Amino acid sequence: MFKKILVANRSEIACRIIRACKEMDIKTVAVYSEADSSALHVQLADEAVYIGPPPALQSYLNMDAIIKAAKTTKSEAIHPGYGFLAENHEFNQKVKDAGLIFIGPNPVPMKLLGSKVASRVAMIKAGVPVIPGMKSSSKDFAEFEKTANEMGYPVLIKASAGGGGKGMRVVHKKEELKSAVEAAMRESLSAFGSDEVYLEKYIESPRHVEFQVAADNFGNVVYLFERECSIQRRHQKIIEETPSPVMTPELQKKMGETAIKVIKTANYNNIGTVEFLVDKNRNFYFLEVNARIQVEHPVTEMTTGVDLAKLQIHIASGEKLPFRQEDLRQNGHAIECRIYAEDAYSNFMPSSGKILYLKVPLGSGVRYDSGIYQGAEVPVFYDPVLAKLIVWGADREEARKKMLLALKENVILGVKTSIGFMLKCLEHPEFIRGNTFTNFIEKNIKIEKDAEGKLLNYAFLGSAMHHNDNKKNSKTFTAASGEMPTPWQTIGSWEICTGRQIGKGN
Amino acid sequence: MNRFKSKISTKSPAYIENMNYNLSLSKHLKERLEFVKQGGPEKARKKHLERNKLLVRDRIKKLCDPETPFLEVMPFAAWDMYDNDAPAAGIVAGIGIVRGHEVMIVANDATVKGGTYYPITVKKHVRAQQIAMQHKLPCIYLVDSGGVFLPLQDGVFPDKDHFGNIFYNQARLSAEGLTQIAVVMGSCTAGGAYVPAMSDETVMVRNQATIFIGGPPLCKAATGEIVTDEELGGADVHCKISGVSDHLAQNDEHALEITRNIVENFEKQKKFDIGRIEPEEPYYAPEEILGIVPKNIRTPFDIREVIVRIVDGSRIQEFKENYGTTLITCFARIMGYPVGIIANNGVIFSESSLKGAHFIELCTMRKIPLIFLQNITGFIIGKKYEHGGIARDGAKLVHAVANAEVPKFTVIVGSSNGAGNYAMCGRGYYPNLLWMWPTGTISVMGGEQAADVLATVKINQLEKAGKTMSKEDIAAIKKPILEKYEFESSPYYASARLWDDGIIDPLDTRNALALGISMALNKPIPDQKYGVFRM
Repeated sequence: MFKKILVANRSEIACRIIRACKEMDIKTVAVYSEADSSALHVQLADEAVYIGPPPALQSYLNMDAIIKAAKTTKSEAIHPGYGFLAENHEFNQKVKDAGLIFIGPNPVPMKLLGSKVASRVAMIKAGVPVIPGMKSSSKDFAEFEKTANEMGYPVLIKASAGGGGKGMRVVHKKEELKSAVEAAMRESLSAFGSDEVYLEKYIESPRHVEFQVAADNFGNVVYLFERECSIQRRHQKIIEETPSPVMTPELQKKMGETAIKVIKTANYNNIGTVEFLVDKNRNFYFLEVNARIQVEHPVTEMTTGVDLAKLQIHIASGEKLPFRQEDLRQNGHAIECRIYAEDAYSNFMPSSGKILYLKVPLGSGVRYDSGIYQGAEVPVFYDPVLAKLIVWGADREEARKKMLLALKENVILGVKTSIGFMLKCLEHPEFIRGNTFTNFIEKNIKIEKDAEGKLLNYAFLGSAMHHNDNKKNSKTFTAASGEMPTPWQTIGSWEICTGRQIGKGN
Repeated sequence: MNRFKSKISTKSPAYIENMNYNLSLSKHLKERLEFVKQGGPEKARKKHLERNKLLVRDRIKKLCDPETPFLEVMPFAAWDMYDNDAPAAGIVAGIGIVRGHEVMIVANDATVKGGTYYPITVKKHVRAQQIAMQHKLPCIYLVDSGGVFLPLQDGVFPDKDHFGNIFYNQARLSAEGLTQIAVVMGSCTAGGAYVPAMSDETVMVRNQATIFIGGPPLCKAATGEIVTDEELGGADVHCKISGVSDHLAQNDEHALEITRNIVENFEKQKKFDIGRIEPEEPYYAPEEILGIVPKNIRTPFDIREVIVRIVDGSRIQEFKENYGTTLITCFARIMGYPVGIIANNGVIFSESSLKGAHFIELCTMRKIPLIFLQNITGFIIGKKYEHGGIARDGAKLVHAVANAEVPKFTVIVGSSNGAGNYAMCGRGYYPNLLWMWPTGTISVMGGEQAADVLATVKINQLEKAGKTMSKEDIAAIKKPILEKYEFESSPYYASARLWDDGIIDPLDTRNALALGISMALNKPIPDQKYGVFRM
């Protein structure tokens, strides 16, 4: 087993991995940008190495700096987390070339799966069902137009290198196609450094169902059941659950086995996620493989009892899978909400700032994977995920109720968060019925700014009153000199017999 | 320090009864204070306002920094005296914050008999100056006074603590570096003219203020000269011709603004460091004091329950908890300041005296301010105790109190009788400030005891003459004495005569003490010296 691992990531996932390492008595090295010098992951790790200025390209995407940090700290392996360099096969190869172990799949399957077009071709060949569309990316607009006309609108433009919804566009009309392709190319270039985009049939009201898989270096592959991640905003998942409300044992077996087929076809090792779209008639189509640990991995952990972060490390260190398919069971129901620093009322605009107050929800079956603490800064430079709230219940309704309570208990002041928005989603009758399609939010959640505005006014009022009280109670210090202010400075407006008034007979 | 564990039940019938009773006392106090604050009769106030002058309390308010405390002293001066013609004795005094400086403000109320000085007015003015001296406070006099109240000149003019002492004090305060500022906002005649004249800087309001040693009527009478007020001693005269005044103001507001600008250039007040820490609110609600202090003040109660509702975090460190238990001695903090508290839990025995003297030595050695909570009927009496030397042990406590060089603050919570008053730092022992609660009573002994003593003396006299007295006769002797004691032991009677610095609501105690300690620290605490303790 490794003695020391470098975690090439930040925020909650870095913390999650560091904790897994600690449980395994492995020393950890965090890397950090200028904006993260006091971030939680830096505080948790045994060592921390500065890797560059705040912009990700110069820090968390800076391969050489990260590999150098691993070498100088004598780390044996690098865990990339998710995002950043996690699915960068070039980085993967560089890590290998530097004599280190990359905790994830080998570079070859990663490269194959990293290209949506190439993986699609391979999967069609292996008999895996896929969504109709272009066979490869193109820069020729005529080809986009032709394919779209053949399949009929709506169509979906996707970035070959993409993920997380970036570079993705739904086009409903012929006239919108050109500008959408261009926009997707631009976005993809800035997000992934590649402007390769392609087009496919857009399936309406689909569900996003993905299968967690694990493969060791000896050809053993298992699936750890599905996760439904249909609740998305701007093509990014925000609420995930398992099992999927539409899952049946038959479908689960069929999709699980397909997932294994995908993994075997790609010669994939370590854990990964095979994403499918499921339509109204429970037909499923292969989308892509996420060659990394997923943001939503905790719901699988909660229902299977398998620690996926630790499993990654075990596999990477050359161990065999500790279980077979028949050993795995899905128990109860788990839901995850991603707590983002964002303003649901301004088109989910990221919100940065300082966490002035944090109250973490507690209770049985409640898990809080967090990258923040009270007083922490949320920088503008990165994905605004603050924490993930995961709950486990014996069934879906129990889990939902638990999540509602936990969300209400979770207080984060200082930045805007998606907590209120999450509550709306979870309380919606369509969610309760399990009618969770990828257009759930657009279709069901009305965004009313006014209600929130009123609440905000009350909050300001309360805060002002509290502030005033504090002033009276001489708890606020106002002296600029740094000396402790005297009661003459702190008591405020006061005269004898005019102070505290109390009711009669109290 | 550990938090005290309160044994008070807020549901008990006694608590509720006490609460209702003490709330009524507080209500009464507030009503009376409101009456005092109105100043003179409505007619006089109306006339005052018609002259475009601000009422005295509005002047003080405009002088002080907004949103800062004003610690008024002696508001009940002359209460129920002089036919109730002189609310607050026609002068408002208190400590306020002007441009960040703690200052003593003494302001005449021209709506009260033209702001003239009654005997109690002089006493109050002089006491305010003593407070300024003891706490190193600059003084601002808002002058609007016709001088001595002539019908009572014998109680105002001649004696050592009378009118002349005011100017003596101004000179001495100025010599101490405590700037004296007079803001003349009305008349300022005869002896009163020396208030601005003796000040370091003086402000006058045009067409409103006058200063003259002899006014126009006296001029005419003495020399036949006919002259108007303004010609004789108006603001223009004194700011442009005589040089008696330094600053010319257009109106009250302008004068107060000039005064604030003067204070802005004062030297910063430095606080003597006694190791203050971050303040903490009391853990137990201060309101509960009103349910703890008994309706009948003679009923025993645990004074510690009161202490912990005043001090930071309700934390106390008792000294000699199990010895001399009728006197509570403990360390605590008030708004972060360390304090030593001495409080009565019964009559004082030899042990309690020794404990108190020992505790005062601890506090004076460590330079910790002392707070006395008085509820004391006196020292223990009887053959056994006289033989034990109670007088000798009591003297040790009195000696320690008298010589203690640390700031001392006294609050009369209940009874204040006899030598107990002395041992617990009564007025004669120069506490920095002495506050009275509405439940407080001061008299040499309880009315009942005094009546008994006097009746016994009378019976003995008559017995010597071979006469006896009936029960009715004894009752007749006792009745007027009881009535007199009852009347004179009222806190308002005491406060009217300035035996204290004011009656405060028990809930004000924490603020009043904290503000007092803060200003006491403008003066360094000297090293301690004692005389001979009788052993």
